[in-house]
Amino acid sequence: MSTLKYTKSHEWILVDGEMVTIGITDYAQEQLGDVVFVDLPEEGRELVEGEEAAVIESVKAAGEINSPVSGTVVAINAVLADAPDTVNQDPAGKGWFFKLKIDAPIDDSEWLDEEGYNAYLEDEC
Amino acid sequence: MSSESTNSKGPLAQTPLHDLHVELGGKMVPFAGYEMPVQYKAMGIIKEHLHTRAQAGLFDVSHMGQLILSGDGVAQAMEKLVPVDIETLGIDKQSYALFTNEAGGIQDDLIITKWAENQLFVVVNAACKEQDIAHLRAHLEPAINVEPLPNQALLALQGPAAKEVMAVLAPATTELVFMSGCAVQIEGVRTYVTRSGYTGEDGFEISLPAQHADKIARRILSFEQVEAIGLGARDSLRLEAGLCLYGHDLDTQTSPIESALSWSISKSRRTGGDKEGGFIGAPVILSQMMNSVTQKRVGFQVEGRVPVREGAQLVDADGNLVGRVTSGGFAPSLNAAVAMGYVANEQAPLGTELHALVRDKRIPVQVVKMPFVPQHYFRG
Repeated sequence: MSTLKYTKSHEWILVDGEMVTIGITDYAQEQLGDVVFVDLPEEGRELVEGEEAAVIESVKAAGEINSPVSGTVVAINAVLADAPDTVNQDPAGKGWFFKLKIDAPIDDSEWLDEEGYNAYLEDEC
Repeated sequence: MSSESTNSKGPLAQTPLHDLHVELGGKMVPFAGYEMPVQYKAMGIIKEHLHTRAQAGLFDVSHMGQLILSGDGVAQAMEKLVPVDIETLGIDKQSYALFTNEAGGIQDDLIITKWAENQLFVVVNAACKEQDIAHLRAHLEPAINVEPLPNQALLALQGPAAKEVMAVLAPATTELVFMSGCAVQIEGVRTYVTRSGYTGEDGFEISLPAQHADKIARRILSFEQVEAIGLGARDSLRLEAGLCLYGHDLDTQTSPIESALSWSISKSRRTGGDKEGGFIGAPVILSQMMNSVTQKRVGFQVEGRVPVREGAQLVDADGNLVGRVTSGGFAPSLNAAVAMGYVANEQAPLGTELHALVRDKRIPVQVVKMPFVPQHYFRG
């Protein structure tokens, strides 16, 4: 049974047991504009919570994703190499970035559920 | 992300088309003290860019400074400030020009149109507007009247389909060749239209009273070939066209020779010409033309998909710092990244291979000719 959470830095996190999938929200892709390149971590890389995991280059700017959890990268979205605009078209689905296998229990106290994230968007963004 | 319409100097100014931009879903951002649309919701930068090259794009450039200079001897007076032959410029003809400084650097780049022997119409960059007006007043008044036009708007209609639109709205303008203009009425509004622009495509710029700008912009947008285009695409279009952006590719520390803009110095104003020198900074600039400079502005093709942006350092094979990027980004028409910057003379030849430092990466770049895409100016 997987759960979907959001961070205040506009990433979504899908937790399914030991597997965590990370992407950015529709709000984030809209802020970035047309994505032209995504620099993903290599498979096998070990990430520490808070570490810069990926860089997104849009026409106008670059943005980073810091890993919301510690774990090992087990998969990256190969589609983004040839079609980086997938991030704009389907940020919550086909535009996923990478999957981690977590190595410690997750602290999700800072994360928001969908309702909380939408409220956060309305209030502060 | 918060969204405040202020900057450190106070509230942002708005152009006469502000309401239209918001209505069209424009993402409004601060630019040169104005609230301007960087892109529109329906399209985005890449689609707006591609549409302009395929059909026609309408840009609001009303933030730029428009001025009328009038008085007997205005051409000779202006020649003190720009290395251009204004006296021999024909009526309704335009010239690109640079305001130079004593050190041979560039204060701004501008377009001068001769309306009459005693009248020039000048368009300057928004970010330099106040300083340019002061510069003109300091050097031209009182003999010449310097009249800013704060109630005049400016629209740019660019792309291969622009002439189809103008053929309906103001047929006389389709006779214009690149860098010339005429006064025409569009839907009963008095305008001055020039065949020029900042995209490398055929196109027109329309100067008109601010009070009619919304109406005329909507009329132009009613043509199915036309889409509204924001500043984001304006920048990627001009970058592909190899055109400089003042404050980035040109500044007070770069001379026209270093900036590869020698072509803009009229022959008569060069050493040996019949009006040699006589403009601010002439001794430095003409000396550079005769001898050499130590840095040059060149274009770069970038390997891979990581954009190389303004500020990136350039190194040679041995890791020596040899230059800097002054403009760069993704070029939608090439589906690749391109950049412009300054390198030491030795690295300027076409084909020179260097690396740009981007975060922790060394991105291979190669010096190539500009423009990066073919020009489509209408020459008749």
